[in-house]
Amino acid sequence: MSTLIKTVGLKKFYDVTGGVFKRKIGDVRALDNVNLSIMKGEWFGLVGESGCGKTTFGKTVIRLLKPTAGSIYFETPDDVLEEITEHENPSQDSSRLKDLARQYDLSTFKGRKLKQIRRKMQIVYQDPTTSLNPRMLVKDIAGEPLVVQKIASGMERRRKVAEMLGKVGLTERHLYRYPHEFSGGQRQRIAIARALITNPEFVVLDEPTSSVDVSVRSQLLNLFKELQEELNLTYLFVSHDLSVVECQSNRVAVMYLGKVVELAPTAELYREPLHPYAHALFSSIPIPDPTRRRKRAPLKGEVPSPVNPPPGCRFNPRCEKALDICRKEEPPLVDVRNGHFVACHLLK
Amino acid sequence: MEKAKDLLSIEDLVVKFYTYEGVVEAIDGVNLNLKEGETLGLVGETGCGKSVTSLSVLVLVPPPGKIEGGKATLKTAKGNLDLLNRDEGLLRKIRGEDISMIFQDPRSALNPVYSVEDQVGEVFMQHRLKELSERALEIIEKEAQQSHYLKRVSLNYQRKMLKKMSQNPRALSLRILSRIPIANRYRRWVKKEARKEVVRVLGAMKIPDPDRVADMYPHELSGGMAQRVVIAMALGCNPELLIADEPTTNLDVTIQAQILELIRELKGRFGSSVLYITHDLGVVAELCDRVGVMYAGNVCELADVMEIFKKPLHPYTQALLESIPRPGKELKSIEGEVPSLINPPLGCRFNPRCSKATDICSQEKPQFVEVSKDHFVMCHLYTGGS
Amino acid sequence: MGTPSRWQEFKVGIGPQIKELRFMLHRVRQSPLSLVGMTIVVFYAAIALLAPVLAPPNPSWATSKTFDPFIIPRESYQFEPRVPNEIHLFGTVEQSYDLFYGIIWGTITAFRVGLWVVFASLAIGLLIGVTSAYYGGVIDEIMMRFTDVIFAFPGLILAMALVAAFGASLDNVMLALVLVGWPGYTRLIRGEMLRVKQEDYVEAAKAAGCSDVRVMVRHILPNAIYPIVIAATLDIGSIVLAAAALSFLGLGAPDNFADWGQLIARSRNWIGLRGVVYWHTFIIPGLFIFTFSLGWNLLGDAFRDIMDPTIRRR
Repeated sequence: MSTLIKTVGLKKFYDVTGGVFKRKIGDVRALDNVNLSIMKGEWFGLVGESGCGKTTFGKTVIRLLKPTAGSIYFETPDDVLEEITEHENPSQDSSRLKDLARQYDLSTFKGRKLKQIRRKMQIVYQDPTTSLNPRMLVKDIAGEPLVVQKIASGMERRRKVAEMLGKVGLTERHLYRYPHEFSGGQRQRIAIARALITNPEFVVLDEPTSSVDVSVRSQLLNLFKELQEELNLTYLFVSHDLSVVECQSNRVAVMYLGKVVELAPTAELYREPLHPYAHALFSSIPIPDPTRRRKRAPLKGEVPSPVNPPPGCRFNPRCEKALDICRKEEPPLVDVRNGHFVACHLLK
Repeated sequence: MEKAKDLLSIEDLVVKFYTYEGVVEAIDGVNLNLKEGETLGLVGETGCGKSVTSLSVLVLVPPPGKIEGGKATLKTAKGNLDLLNRDEGLLRKIRGEDISMIFQDPRSALNPVYSVEDQVGEVFMQHRLKELSERALEIIEKEAQQSHYLKRVSLNYQRKMLKKMSQNPRALSLRILSRIPIANRYRRWVKKEARKEVVRVLGAMKIPDPDRVADMYPHELSGGMAQRVVIAMALGCNPELLIADEPTTNLDVTIQAQILELIRELKGRFGSSVLYITHDLGVVAELCDRVGVMYAGNVCELADVMEIFKKPLHPYTQALLESIPRPGKELKSIEGEVPSLINPPLGCRFNPRCSKATDICSQEKPQFVEVSKDHFVMCHLYTGGS
Repeated sequence: MGTPSRWQEFKVGIGPQIKELRFMLHRVRQSPLSLVGMTIVVFYAAIALLAPVLAPPNPSWATSKTFDPFIIPRESYQFEPRVPNEIHLFGTVEQSYDLFYGIIWGTITAFRVGLWVVFASLAIGLLIGVTSAYYGGVIDEIMMRFTDVIFAFPGLILAMALVAAFGASLDNVMLALVLVGWPGYTRLIRGEMLRVKQEDYVEAAKAAGCSDVRVMVRHILPNAIYPIVIAATLDIGSIVLAAAALSFLGLGAPDNFADWGQLIARSRNWIGLRGVVYWHTFIIPGLFIFTFSLGWNLLGDAFRDIMDPTIRRR
């Protein structure tokens, strides 16, 4: 499997301004040095609680937000990737690196180049009520990417829109209606149609099932699976619903306060989360079986704000097993056993 | 084991909403009963009517909704209270004191311009004014004995007011005086007592540093903290029944676990009964003793939590359990969509989506019958009609 | 089903809009004040359209090259006004201008002033507000501070000063009111656009690759426009009042022009003790100005009620 997306040192900071002259007094470190690779055809799950940066990651990877630092390599052949990692070594010649970056690194794209690459990466939002323009007809909403990307026009466009609506479970009757005439599940399907109409390679699914009912949730998840097989899609599935992520994802990454703390194949991660935070997180999921009571690993306190992250490991104030070193040094994300990455001093 | 008594019973509740598009038959004959000391979970999807049911218990259904029929009875030590036929004054006494409610979004349940002390204290000022003024009286007597002449004069006046308050909190003279700036200083003695109660109840909610939190404003609180404050408001006067309308849906998983733990503990400590509304079956399995499953304005199944999960009888309940995502298993979904309640399907409302529907299902509405011990179902498959 | 004809497509396409219109009319019917407002405005519109019928201009003028129906006819040069009688339905104003004629043709002037000024202010406000809101940053700061400067002046006073500088005429009054009025719309539009800018569908449009202009025009503007429509409708009444005020001070239309404000100006000498006799000179034009403004105000309120998002089913 080839790598579709690889982020290297991705950072997204927001300025915190204060004082009379609105000077910058700090950073909100929404993403702080995130290195992830997503393989082609994969269903990649990204979990964490509110404020951890998972949505920011999804939006930054498809360049809806401009990264503060770092690189995003999209559809880069593996040998080029290797070359780039070699060149990261600062003593090497940097002009070759710059050339490669300009060609493959999304964070350098601007203008028309960026617009063209947009047709290959799309996003489905969490709340279907606010993600569709209430004053536009369904056919215009779904067809707009075709217009903007100049892929099709007139009858051809109509045909493609109708076809895509059919694929997501709607009919031609629905073309001439406004979003508010539909239920939540149907609106989400319209949003999916809009995302897939340009035939993208990569789709970010930002909590797409959180705002809909349980029965619709399973319908949508089945739909996602079908579409992935049919259209060869790669998904980045961002969610805080751990049970949903468990069922569908190939690999899952856990984020906390802007950093990835654990990354592993799904079954292994859920069976044995190694990082203390991931462990606490997974043990908090209520099990829908009254005969089993889960042993809880209690978590003290609240999620701190990403404005002034604690020094050292971000999780150390709430961690029961924190050592001295945890308060001073940030642990790197290392592979502890074939493909299972953890960022924790306890496991080195 | 002694059979637990019913605390709340709802019979044949009918609620309709009169909207521009037509009459929405939101609740069409709901039957529920909640026993003392138990947690009843009410599960269902959006639009099934679970929130409206709970609002009906408190007669807080917003217009254009109207409660059109049925009975809701609260059995307390004071006797049976027929909730739906009471007048506003009596209902206001019941709300907050006998029945409390907490809502989904803690941020919008708290008024952003009042501090935590003011809001939680409001519950005490409403329902416990007598006790608070009596306590304040004792304190002011002590204070009066220790002060010099001038101060004693003003304290005497305040003491008179407090005495009046402890006897007849709703006296006209008090109501007028409480609005005049300097004359209403007597209230601050009562407020001080209320604050002590507030701090006490915040501590019972496992809120760290309750004294400091009492002075905070809602925007300074995190989601989990805000929800605890809301729960403190609800449990302040030790109500018999607590209605919780999806209180943890908007919270993070770890915070949700903390809140569920808290509710479990409080249940044990205060002995309150809880009506817990949610769409998350995992929470239901963890927290509830009995479960009611609602669909499109009807309760289709009501049973003990073990029974519901191990032996679900109604096809909707079965489908719901099968659609829970489990790793390795194929995800089964329920076909179709929740019907519009303006023109609900005839007969059993679930029949268009039911895999086991028969002819009678689209003609006649099934009865809500007890199929086995304490296990009620509303389905033709179990009532012999075929 | 083969490819539908243009007409069929149009019919289907217009369906949802018609449903919306019917919903709006239903809401209007529910509120009696909105009906009153709508009736008043429709009534005045009818008068304006039927002006040549209701108060026909002197036919002998039709051949004259300098024919202007807005010049009020006078039957004599007598200074004192005359009370309403059979010849002059509303009496005459100072210098014997026929009041009835003035009122009827003044309706057209009122509409002209109100609509043109609001339209022009709206256009300027849209232009500046939209660019300011969309681009933000330095552009936003500069434009907003400039708007603040204009805002700092009390509106009517500034308008008076401008008209005094430009010279007294109705067109200059309109110009001055536009110059004084555009900041209000700018602020309003900018605020609405900033709110809509954050919505998910705007971001989704950018994710699809929409250009800035397209996002602004196709996505943000149609959703931000409602409060502006309401404000504009409410404003028409106020603009007519302001123009009347300026005319009253003598800064507006000339003596013989058919304009309500000007007619009241003609009554300056007759307010007071003598006003009891010649009440018609100011009461009648005043009444018309008042009800005209009231009608638009109620209509604006009606729009606000209809378009209130919490009540709409959207």
